[in-house]
Amino acid sequence: MFETIILILDSTIRVSTPLLLACLAGLYSERSGVVDIGLEGKMLGAAFGAGAVAYLTASAWLGLLAGIGVSVALGLLHGFASITNRGNQIVSGVAINFLAAGLTALLGQTWFREGGRTPALPEGGRFSEIVWPLAAEIRDIPVLGPIYSELLSGHKILVYAAFLAVPLTWWVLFRSRFGLRLRAVGENPAAVDTAGISVTWLRYRAVIVCGVLCGFAGSYLSIAAGSGFGVNMTAGQGFMALAALIFAKWKPFNAMFACLLFGFLDAAGTRLQGVSFPVIGEVPLQVFQALPYVLTVVLLAGFIGKAIPPKASGIPYLKERS
Amino acid sequence: MSDTPAIELRRINKSFGPVQANKDIDLVVKKGSIHGIIGENGAGKSTLMSILYGFYHADDGDILVNGKKVTISDSKAAIGMGIGMVHQHFMLVDNFSVLENVVLGAEDSALLSGSLGRARVELKRLEEEYELRVDPDALIQDLPVGLQQRVEILKALYRSAEVLILDEPTGVLTPAEADHLFKILEVLKSEGKTVLLITHKLREIMKATDTVSVMRRGEMVATRETAKTSMEELAELMVGRSVLLRVDKKPAEPKAPVMEVENLTVTDSRGVQVVKDVSFSVRAGEIVGIAGVSGNGQSELLETLSGIRRATRGTLKINGETIDLGTSTLDAADMRAKNMGHVPEDRHRMGLINSFSEYENSILGYHRDPAYSKGLLMDLAAIRKNAVAEIEKYDIRPPNPMLKTANFSGGNQQKIVLAREIERDPEVLLVGQPTRGVDIGAIEFIHRRIVELRDAGKGILLVSVELDEIRALSDRVLVMFDGRIVGERGTDAEEGELGLLMAGVEDNKNAAKGVAQ
Amino acid sequence: MSAGQLPRWVDYGLIPFLNLAAAFLVSGLVVILIGENPLDAVQILLWGSLGYAEGFGFTLFYATNFIFTGLAVAVAFHAGLFNIGGEGQAYVGGLGVAIACLALDRYVPWYVTLPFAIAGSAIAGAAWAFIPAWLQAKRGSHVVITTIMFNYISFSLMVYLLNNALKKPGSMQPETRTFEDGGRIPFLNDLFPSLGFGYAPVNLSLMVALAACVLVWLLIWRTKLGYEIRSFGANATAAIYAGISPVRIIVITMLISGGLAGMMAINEIMGSQHRLLIDFVTGYGFVGIAVALMGRAHPVGIVLASILFGMLYQGGAELSFEMPNITRDMIIVIQGLVILFAGALEHMFRPAIMRLFTPARALRAKEA
Repeated sequence: MFETIILILDSTIRVSTPLLLACLAGLYSERSGVVDIGLEGKMLGAAFGAGAVAYLTASAWLGLLAGIGVSVALGLLHGFASITNRGNQIVSGVAINFLAAGLTALLGQTWFREGGRTPALPEGGRFSEIVWPLAAEIRDIPVLGPIYSELLSGHKILVYAAFLAVPLTWWVLFRSRFGLRLRAVGENPAAVDTAGISVTWLRYRAVIVCGVLCGFAGSYLSIAAGSGFGVNMTAGQGFMALAALIFAKWKPFNAMFACLLFGFLDAAGTRLQGVSFPVIGEVPLQVFQALPYVLTVVLLAGFIGKAIPPKASGIPYLKERS
Repeated sequence: MSDTPAIELRRINKSFGPVQANKDIDLVVKKGSIHGIIGENGAGKSTLMSILYGFYHADDGDILVNGKKVTISDSKAAIGMGIGMVHQHFMLVDNFSVLENVVLGAEDSALLSGSLGRARVELKRLEEEYELRVDPDALIQDLPVGLQQRVEILKALYRSAEVLILDEPTGVLTPAEADHLFKILEVLKSEGKTVLLITHKLREIMKATDTVSVMRRGEMVATRETAKTSMEELAELMVGRSVLLRVDKKPAEPKAPVMEVENLTVTDSRGVQVVKDVSFSVRAGEIVGIAGVSGNGQSELLETLSGIRRATRGTLKINGETIDLGTSTLDAADMRAKNMGHVPEDRHRMGLINSFSEYENSILGYHRDPAYSKGLLMDLAAIRKNAVAEIEKYDIRPPNPMLKTANFSGGNQQKIVLAREIERDPEVLLVGQPTRGVDIGAIEFIHRRIVELRDAGKGILLVSVELDEIRALSDRVLVMFDGRIVGERGTDAEEGELGLLMAGVEDNKNAAKGVAQ
Repeated sequence: MSAGQLPRWVDYGLIPFLNLAAAFLVSGLVVILIGENPLDAVQILLWGSLGYAEGFGFTLFYATNFIFTGLAVAVAFHAGLFNIGGEGQAYVGGLGVAIACLALDRYVPWYVTLPFAIAGSAIAGAAWAFIPAWLQAKRGSHVVITTIMFNYISFSLMVYLLNNALKKPGSMQPETRTFEDGGRIPFLNDLFPSLGFGYAPVNLSLMVALAACVLVWLLIWRTKLGYEIRSFGANATAAIYAGISPVRIIVITMLISGGLAGMMAINEIMGSQHRLLIDFVTGYGFVGIAVALMGRAHPVGIVLASILFGMLYQGGAELSFEMPNITRDMIIVIQGLVILFAGALEHMFRPAIMRLFTPARALRAKEA
């Protein structure tokens, strides 16, 4: 029983990592007032970039860099449309999702000819587990052993990075000058403008940070969790991250719990597939497949209190004319 | 006082497309003076100040600060030159504290803790020196408006502003708070600061300034020493002709009440009571004016009576019916059906859909009227015919019902709204800020229409932050403060008396009657 | 805003044209990136979609789908709502069509079945849009995310149903039995052989689609409900002032929108496939978004945009024979670019155009 719990929790951590990274990405963007529906597209683009470059160079780190590059490029496109051109931020996000979906499959097929996938990663092209010291020895100690050696040790470096990013984000948001200004520009950009700070540059920086974190998220999928890019491999995780963000009311530690919740339910659900329940019998596979999406809707229904976004969210900044 | 002016503007020009907002403006502001700039809405005052603060760049002309020619590229540069601005709509982040707002943009380093510590010390010093006391850890959204303005002033002083520009500062203050503000300005003056006071209120200019410059239609038309001029002269300079400051109307002959409000209480989304146990009535053939500084519950009162907002409790008697507002689910359409018209306070936000054409706006709220339908479809011919008739009657220009209302001037837009609501022949008309952002010619027209309606035996509830307008139009004046009706006066009420009530000072008449404290 | 009024033909003609031109220009660059010649590609595309009658028939067939999904997105746009759920609503709409056809096809002719199929598809599509609509209206849950989620949920639902309840008895394929004549809409080629549409599945649903265009136009611009929808979309605060109920408008609009998307299934299921099968929507719901943006949410624009995308699909099929590198995914890229340039960047060319037009007008204004 305990072993099962540890396995589920272990799985939880791994499944929630990309969600958490994407969620934090969205947090920076939305806190600055730029709504980002395009997390999905950035993750997908990053996954492709990482998978492709990791295959070609046999280096996971170069793959990560490429993934971040693609994601930031898409993020800058979103920024260009939303900030500079003051366009509809939702439409821009939707456009980026399609662009990413189309381009990754198209280029994947053209360059690798495997139906849109990138080829399996060679040695060195995939991030490996980081085993903590003495993990093998400690494993047998009751309770603490498995927690140390299975739950904590043995994850890919991106997993640890994701969870470290949470307190880091909190610190940046609430203890740094950049964070103060970021939060201000999402609430009242005019106040920031009249204080002599560039609203545009501040928002672009938020969008770039968002791109970097989405880059981590997408790269994790293809070169850490998986072994290469697969068509549409994000499968809606970018939207789940967005729902988690709203559920978390745009706060870093809440975001972590929200993403862990998603991960837990996904992991637990996988365990229950094929299991016969009393009365209901076996639950159809499709129920488990639909579960994360249903959960997203439930979270958005906000039965757990109303979520108030940053005041200037989604509104392009325009200097008032008298 | 040295002779070098703190600020000098030479031949400043600024256009936005075909509209020339500033034309050949010359301005000399003496150091250590309080210099007023007066003009109507749209005269170009705000544009000029925005240029001075680096928000806009002048097309032409020079700016001199302390005698030196400068280029003010952005707000940061302006702040660096010692120019600070207190905006009409506060530039504050509501869910930040006072300290965080003061420090925003003027932080010392990437880490906040140092900046906040230094700011706390400096704020204390400023508070004592200028008598601008405020709790540094209070959240802006919890502070009353007068204190929020203080934070704006502190922001400028924290950045070592030598020149302080105040843009329409008293719109949200009671007369007493405004007086306190002027005292603060005097303190600033005595410390050698220069103040530029932008306003459209003549009384303030006379009360607070040393020098006044008058702007009209983008040009600087005159500069006078305040002591040597008068309100009448300034008013004439502002509009270019003699201004009717009073409305001609015969005394009211009120009949039976057409609307009675009893014990109305309204709570906002944060759980704060914004209208507290308000009761009053409006009779046929009278104009009841509600005076008060904006933010004391008048807006919520209008929204509730017109069906846009839910009340917590209260009773409304109208159209022969009694409605329990606490449980009622009546919306704006229902209230219209009860012969109530509503000219909202903010025509852009609520009264018009500016991307729609004039004729489409002429039926906003009345679009379900059978007169405008032909079976399942709308009868466009009938609607346009009606719109043309209203355009003629109300002299709306340009007389084109197909034009989007975004392209009409403020005064004409307001006339469109007024025509729509008045021509339905309501028994009760709710009117909020009828002449906000409206030029003088249209103001007279609108005032006359309202009085006409009253003479036709209708009841009118008028809400306005312009005390002059309330006193000119109303037959009875109710004063609202902090969500309550704190006093009632007749048509001959003194401004001072009303001002005290607006500031929350206990009604003297009650005190004299020996009402317990 | 008045300082810079552009003439109507610029607003409704030139700027949209420039936006599209930009989208296709960038598409051309992508084609070059994968190593093909865009000009050759365009030639093949044009010939494949318009050059011969059967090809044109296919173009019209695809266009029919896009008209329905485009109208769906457009109606929602007018209320200020972004319905991305057309994909799922069309999928579930297929359920409505299948139920009507499976029940009636052996007993009555197709023209009796058709109204039931239309009703079934519309009701099913509307039902699929109901929960996101209600959540947006009552809880403020963003309709974009909820409709996307319902797309994913619809896949699971339909796969389950087609593998279990609806499956043709004795078959391994996840699809229903084939409809009899009473459940098949005639092909235009059967009705008008002289047009030469050959094997193209373009059918009478096209007429239904065009009728829907007229009805949508009447609804939005000539009825009271349409006035309320447009008011709410333009200025929700003013709409409340006017006594319009936000909840009512959001729900009704989304139901209409979902219903229109659901009706796409008539063309595919009753008009072409003659059975319900998995994944027959294949992205047509998403094309509706690009079509609505390109067509500026107006039925006339939508018809034109639908034909254009129909050409892309049919021409694209032709292209995949001649230039195998340009896969179906290229169309998704073009979709994305159209949404980008006609949607998010729709004002990008405005400042430059204004500069072209304003000096002349300012001069004229000064002289006036």
